Amino acid sequence: MKAVYINGIGSVSIQDQDIFDFNFELISDLSDVNYAKHPSYKEMIPAAMIRRMAQGVKMGIYASQNALNEAEIEIPDAIITGTGMGCLQDSEKFLRAIIDNEEEFLTPTSFIQSTHNTVGSQIALRLGCKGYNFTYVNGANSFENALNDAKLQIENDEANSILVGGIDEISDYTLKLLKKIDVIKNENSSIDFKNPTSIGVPFGEGANFLAISSEKKSNSYAEICDVFVQNKIEISDLKQTVSTFLEANKIDLSQIDVLVVGRNADSNFNEYYTEMETLFEDKTQIYYKHLSAEFDTASAFGVLLAATILKKQEIPNELLWNNKSMSQANYVLCYNQYRGKDHSLVLLRNC
Amino acid sequence: MENLKEELKGKIIEVLNLEDINIEDIKDTDPLFGDGLGLDSIDALELIVLMDKQYGIKLSDPKEGKTIFQNIETMAKYIADNRTK
Amino acid sequence: MSKKVAITGMGIISSIGNSVEENFNALIQKQIGISRLENFASKHVDEIKVGEIKLTNEQLIEQLQLPENNTFTRTALLGAFAAKQAVVNAGITDINAFKTGLISSTSVGGMDFTEKHFYEYLTDDSLSKYINSHDAGDSSNKIADYIGLTGFVSTISTACSSAANAVMLGARLINSGKLDRVIVGGTDALSKFTINGFKTLMILSDTYNQPFDDNRKGLNLGEAAAFLVLESEEMVQQSNKKVLAFVSGFGNANDAFHQTASSENGEGAFLAMQKAFKTSGLEPKDIDYINVHGTATPNNDLSEGRAIARLFENQVPDFSSTKPYTGHTLAAAAAIEAVFSVLAIQNNIIYPNLNFETPMQEFDLIPNIEVKSKEINHVLSNSFGFGGNCSTLIFSKN
Repeated sequence: MKAVYINGIGSVSIQDQDIFDFNFELISDLSDVNYAKHPSYKEMIPAAMIRRMAQGVKMGIYASQNALNEAEIEIPDAIITGTGMGCLQDSEKFLRAIIDNEEEFLTPTSFIQSTHNTVGSQIALRLGCKGYNFTYVNGANSFENALNDAKLQIENDEANSILVGGIDEISDYTLKLLKKIDVIKNENSSIDFKNPTSIGVPFGEGANFLAISSEKKSNSYAEICDVFVQNKIEISDLKQTVSTFLEANKIDLSQIDVLVVGRNADSNFNEYYTEMETLFEDKTQIYYKHLSAEFDTASAFGVLLAATILKKQEIPNELLWNNKSMSQANYVLCYNQYRGKDHSLVLLRNC
Repeated sequence: MENLKEELKGKIIEVLNLEDINIEDIKDTDPLFGDGLGLDSIDALELIVLMDKQYGIKLSDPKEGKTIFQNIETMAKYIADNRTK
Repeated sequence: MSKKVAITGMGIISSIGNSVEENFNALIQKQIGISRLENFASKHVDEIKVGEIKLTNEQLIEQLQLPENNTFTRTALLGAFAAKQAVVNAGITDINAFKTGLISSTSVGGMDFTEKHFYEYLTDDSLSKYINSHDAGDSSNKIADYIGLTGFVSTISTACSSAANAVMLGARLINSGKLDRVIVGGTDALSKFTINGFKTLMILSDTYNQPFDDNRKGLNLGEAAAFLVLESEEMVQQSNKKVLAFVSGFGNANDAFHQTASSENGEGAFLAMQKAFKTSGLEPKDIDYINVHGTATPNNDLSEGRAIARLFENQVPDFSSTKPYTGHTLAAAAAIEAVFSVLAIQNNIIYPNLNFETPMQEFDLIPNIEVKSKEINHVLSNSFGFGGNCSTLIFSKN
């Protein structure tokens, strides 16, 4: 079975600067809704293509191209993406047009762009990549589903280089609806990651990609040891689930050096993270959604950070959850869940 | 006719999001598809809706578009001859 | 492929029947499920024909015995209906007894509810409980809950090829020992959203769809759900279970040509079929029947036909599209056609490509137009979608 290495990363996030350079000078404070800070896309995407693209597609192309560039991959063997809500802006646009115009005078562009696989297929179209192309749409572990597949492809020698990523975009009306049902915090709620007192999450958007390969390079970030996804877990079973996962990888709990948790300042469903915190009490723990905000594929941002920590062997204070600093990181474990569902574990190793 | 052509160019730029193109850039006899403006089959469908919505012309077969949408001149002529609004 | 992946159970609901048996009977008795749209209002009701399941959501809820306060969308209802059938058919009593997964697929997700209540959601609090049902993964979680599964749950959305990819992923997870058994398939409800979407592309037929006919006018949309239970060989040996057929090959490729249209020569389709042959170790001459994607749009059938002609050269086997029966059921299409492919193998029968009259001018491919009995060992099934997503599955008797 072949090993799987992360050789490049790319991201569009709600932050102005490159967080993965551990540059935190200009971090913006989170509010209830946090829009992506868009780079200039014109240089990368031809005018004829860009004119139809919603934000999610542009973010996806930009982040994925940067991951490929860093890994020095021109055309990957496969493109695997994950998205929780898909191309929401175009879905909403087309649906509004249907309702507002009573099913008349509709044009195809927003319908075509509304399918969940738009980002993955647009990346393929732009690169001329005829390989394996998959899109996972499984809520908050959509990205981990994609990563799991990508890892399997490389292990089984089905592909050598793969582009894998997560993309989600904010769309105004859905935003209002999610606020109405308290999935997203309201404007006046406090945003406290350490002691969440209000329900809902600070919401965001972004695209986060990895270029992975069977080939280890001198500048590789990390090795992907294993990926686990599960629809639901009882809190009382969390410990057992983690132990079983680690055992399958022939390591034990004490060997984990850094735990990356998807804490999202929601006072609901926070107990999963508290339980994980207890399991890894004496370990370095980090959090990241105060930088990325929460969305279905925000956990991809966490995996990118985990990989960066392994590469740099350094943890900036801005990421530290507890006061346990670390001297050397060999194994990093990422854990995420959303609203008590769509759990995931990603285990990375120094390489 | 000249007014119609100008109007048409403006509409085309608007509905097809041709951000970097101005009305002056589109010549009456430049091909709209392929080498000229570089429009594609999705744009053709957008133009069919434009014909319906703006001028009350219904085209039921996308193939009809091929001759009508050759350039601004052919399009304007077809509209002038067939418009219902 | 290193190991064989067995199919041990199937469940289906489509416009030609609410069970595997009903679907098979309709197929061999040439009973089509294409009709006028009845379950919801649309301005286009008189211009289109659809493959609609004539059960209301209330009737489905009753059959599934769901509590009154459930938030199942039609996509989830159809999916739960078919998945449950598949689990029962496979004789599974304790679903979590082994490493079991669910891989569903959908293109519309909960759009049927969203489009019904879109603006009301903001004002009518009694509807708030449905808001979270929009997301595609929600339907899979509901199906998993309905069949009592806790474990690996995944959802794929690659437009009209989605369910083929669910079968493919399931087979790969079993092959690699990640799962012992997995329930794979897809579900999509008819919606105003897709009806109007396909309408803007001008590829909806105003009459019965005619795949591979020179005068084909486009597709009929349909709705359906189907699931198959895949198990490892070890599992089958342990339980001494009857195997319905095997998944023996799969291939996925991207046409990388256009956002919606397929390339003239069907490059993506060709590559997907080629990969499927590679994983199966079979050769084109081994295929006894092709269940083509055959949506009856001018573009698909030309592109698919060219890819088939190129791959099979002068030996194109019997082929037919079953979309004249069911309509194009989008993300569920490859799942219901997987069930039809397995039934073809079990019964040594191939289905007619209904409504065919005039051969296409571009090539001399003539679909099989009658119910035909012959020994069937290997069936190839194609599914293609927007975004150039092309998938091929091969099913085998042994």
